[in-house]
Amino acid sequence: MDKFTTLTGIAAPMPLVNIDTDMIIPKQFLKTIQRSGLGKNLFDEMRYTQDGAEIADFILNQPAYRKSQILVAGDNFGCGSSREHAPWALLDFGIRCVISTSFADIFYNNCFKNGILPVVLPQDAVDHLMDDARKGENARITVDLEAQTVTASDGKTFAFEVDAFKKHCLMNGLDDIGLTLEKASAIDSYEARNATLRPWA
Amino acid sequence: MAPRTLYDKIWDDHVVHQAEDGTCLLYIDRHLVHEVTSPQAFEGLRMTGRKVRAPEKTIAVPDHNVPTTLDRANAATMTEDSRIQVAALDKNAKDFGINYYPVTDVRQGIVHIVGPEQGWTLPGMTVVCGDSHTATHGAFGSLAHGIGTSEVEHVLATQTLIQRKGKNMKVEITGSLRPGVTAKDITLSVIGATGTAGGTGYVIEYCGQAIRELSMEGRMTVCNMAIEGGARAGLIAPDEKTFEYVKGRPHAPKGAKWEAALAYWKTLYTDEGAHFDKVVTIRGEDIAPVVTWGTSPEDVLPITGVVPAPESFTGGKVEAAKRSLDYMGLTPGQKLTDIAIDTVFIGSCTNGRIEDLRAAAAILKGKKIAVKRAMVVPGSGLVRAQAEEEGLAQIFIDAGFEWRLAGCSMCLAMNPDQLQPGERCAATSNRNFEGRQGRGGRTHLMSPAMAAAAAITGHLTDVRELMGETV
Repeated sequence: MDKFTTLTGIAAPMPLVNIDTDMIIPKQFLKTIQRSGLGKNLFDEMRYTQDGAEIADFILNQPAYRKSQILVAGDNFGCGSSREHAPWALLDFGIRCVISTSFADIFYNNCFKNGILPVVLPQDAVDHLMDDARKGENARITVDLEAQTVTASDGKTFAFEVDAFKKHCLMNGLDDIGLTLEKASAIDSYEARNATLRPWA
Repeated sequence: MAPRTLYDKIWDDHVVHQAEDGTCLLYIDRHLVHEVTSPQAFEGLRMTGRKVRAPEKTIAVPDHNVPTTLDRANAATMTEDSRIQVAALDKNAKDFGINYYPVTDVRQGIVHIVGPEQGWTLPGMTVVCGDSHTATHGAFGSLAHGIGTSEVEHVLATQTLIQRKGKNMKVEITGSLRPGVTAKDITLSVIGATGTAGGTGYVIEYCGQAIRELSMEGRMTVCNMAIEGGARAGLIAPDEKTFEYVKGRPHAPKGAKWEAALAYWKTLYTDEGAHFDKVVTIRGEDIAPVVTWGTSPEDVLPITGVVPAPESFTGGKVEAAKRSLDYMGLTPGQKLTDIAIDTVFIGSCTNGRIEDLRAAAAILKGKKIAVKRAMVVPGSGLVRAQAEEEGLAQIFIDAGFEWRLAGCSMCLAMNPDQLQPGERCAATSNRNFEGRQGRGGRTHLMSPAMAAAAAITGHLTDVRELMGETV
């Protein structure tokens, strides 16, 4: 997993609330057995017509936003299914950070496993950043994970909260499984204890 | 010890390690696997030379991609990419030595129906699967939730998950349901009341008389849609109905182990005075048969209602509602019962169990469908066999329904069962998102009885009128 430390980039505004995982990556693209290559189908049904032509006014098809690295989105981003294809598609497109007032739990977790930082901010901060994002290439937003801040193009800075362990893993690009296997003896003793306490399990 | 909730108790019994900051390593008792969210996880194990730590606790079944037509043994019924994904699961199950129900096995079906049916899901367990509807298993008083593919790999390798504890939320349904009102109406009504993010960060415990009065099938329907309300997991404390359901299932404990398990399971309830961070109470008598009108599961209204005006909402929901109505081709003020239906889909992990088929068949008996297409997709091969034995299959066939083999089917349309653009479907599934049942397809969620009623009349219908109930 790629580390995430700081990022300065173009942010695309997507004010729609409840953007679900079916919108982010429709099911016909879940048939892959790989993690990569999903970027071209990110937001597929909003981005392309049925015959595959680009829909010009969709935000990521507009010239100013084709290289967006940040999304500023409406409430409850990523609701719906557990498909990790959603963060895979975002990442493959080049999105490394999503900012919203709230995220669905499973999507939020999945982001951290893939080097994407989901940032939760209050409504007024998201509104400010949404307006900033609407300025396109002229407004670059900076996200600093170490300092836990997002800075708009006008210099206005917003602090955000993030779980310390998740932050540590993301900043260092750490593999969860490796960390857990360091606790293998604790798992062994849990299993031994469980064999007596709950032998049916 | 301070009084604890059911969630607190299950959580406490599964903590392997707790870090100073509260991050826990949680032991996982059952890991369910399907073909869509697992190939990258198994590939990860191969690349790092890791094994499946507890293959005996890992259960796999293909369900999302598989065709449900009777000719599915013919490989040509699947697209190339679907075939590759199912073949990958066949191979991974074999290579890693996990429990497996292949497409050809009569026990094959939707993973959340197979788990309980085979007795893999037991009270007090932690159950995970790379699928958000894992919440279904909470009906047994087990802590069950969906995970992403990276976490699937983590559980395969370590039989644990890195977790922080969620908050406790209580949803109480008091009193009894009125005739024609079902578990699906409860769960949709709760989401309608709390919104799709109302449960975010919480584990919901459903309780109250109306929940107690539900069968295990009904309880699974309620918990299944906890995720649609934002909660990763929904729980119902186990009781005699739970124990009765579990007893004798292939993987349920037997003999002395059964007795020991039963004694433990009887401790699985929320203590008097335990703290809930959020409480929602709904009177069972107030719940009507409901349908969704929009493209979010929170867009719920009683069938007696009218399509709402976007301006009746606030904030970002105004724009979202406009978009929904445009997508759904509906006009504010239109009566819900005036909405014509093309397709009826009865099935899914929400409503593909035997009780659901009985409820739909009771409405359909002796009637004919008035829609273009109607299909019943049983949740498992065993549900299908039982429905045939009970004569339900014949009722569906006589009414004009297609009688299919088991799978996820048109719930998410990853297999050939899809809506065409503009087609409108009365569905017993769980999501009405844009494009969910096929690009441009329009979904109205409802109970099996309500879907059966729509099939007969050709439009959304109050099932109580067909039952001779006064509304």
